[in-house]
Amino acid sequence: MTNLSSNIILVIAVTSAATYLSRSLGVLFSERIDENSKIFRFFDCIAYSTLAALISKVVVFPAGDLTEVNSLIKFIVVFACVIVFFITKRNLVYPTILSAIFLTVLIKFI
Amino acid sequence: MINSAYFFLGFKSVRSTDSPAIALGCSFLAIGALLKNIGFNFQQSFFSTFFTYALPGQLVMAESFLIGASLVNIFIGVWLVNARLFPMAVSMFPLLKSKEQPKWKYYLSCHFLAVSSWLIMKKDYKTINEKYRIDFWMGIGTATWSIAIFSTVLGFLVSDYLSKDMMIGLAIVNPVYFFCMLLGSIKNIVIGTSVILGTILGPVFYLVSPEWCILYGGVTAGVTAFLVGEFND
Repeated sequence: MTNLSSNIILVIAVTSAATYLSRSLGVLFSERIDENSKIFRFFDCIAYSTLAALISKVVVFPAGDLTEVNSLIKFIVVFACVIVFFITKRNLVYPTILSAIFLTVLIKFI
Repeated sequence: MINSAYFFLGFKSVRSTDSPAIALGCSFLAIGALLKNIGFNFQQSFFSTFFTYALPGQLVMAESFLIGASLVNIFIGVWLVNARLFPMAVSMFPLLKSKEQPKWKYYLSCHFLAVSSWLIMKKDYKTINEKYRIDFWMGIGTATWSIAIFSTVLGFLVSDYLSKDMMIGLAIVNPVYFFCMLLGSIKNIVIGTSVILGTILGPVFYLVSPEWCILYGGVTAGVTAFLVGEFND
């Protein structure tokens, strides 16, 4: 096995361990939590807000290919897709497909 | 062991109109192509999604690997970006609890915890008999996980045919899908406050601390939303 190959295996192992840690600790902690308790409601709020923070961070300050796209274009695409989502009675397929099309078209013409 | 009727009911939930299949597929297709480009082979790309199955964490892993970060730094970076999985687990697994179900199911199936499967489960759990919710969850998780693995492999195989524009197009699909799904899950003022404040504070805290912004923004927004709920009770 080459040095690079064994490095990649270690990197995958470390990434998997770091990810499973959060998941399994969550299960362990939840064993003592009742779904009608305040602590459950508290973690429900934290979960939704953390997801929202992650998604907006990915759009506003992305990593990878989206870094090359003008922020205004990204905002227009997200805003247009949210409107499509509500116009189509909360159908998620249309905004999902249209997001890629809108972005590609806007990059070409703006 | 596992109730197959409930398992397949969960498995089939990815076929609905609010299915995460397209968004998941596009995102992991891009991850597969990215992993090939940074030097992963076929098996390594497959096992990356098989064992990790968390898109932001895999992106951090790829970026850290590229710049030659140490294993400790990679562990901390991935743990930070995936720390959201802890409150997600705490706010979902109490809903699946049943004394008649063995613990191994919970610790095995927590691997399937991702934004897509979590949002489906939170939406549908009330329609499922309490005793079999864990089997239903395992069905949802197996379906979303399988889509992610298949798409990673496909992305690896077709990476040479994906242009820069196509990769950029694929990258916007995931946040748009999940943002719409989050907006659709707003049922009351508390969840609404959580989502709206989290959306604003995530990028705001990025200006203060790029590494910790998701946790800072998420916790600040979550605590505020919780207090709003308490005062409205």
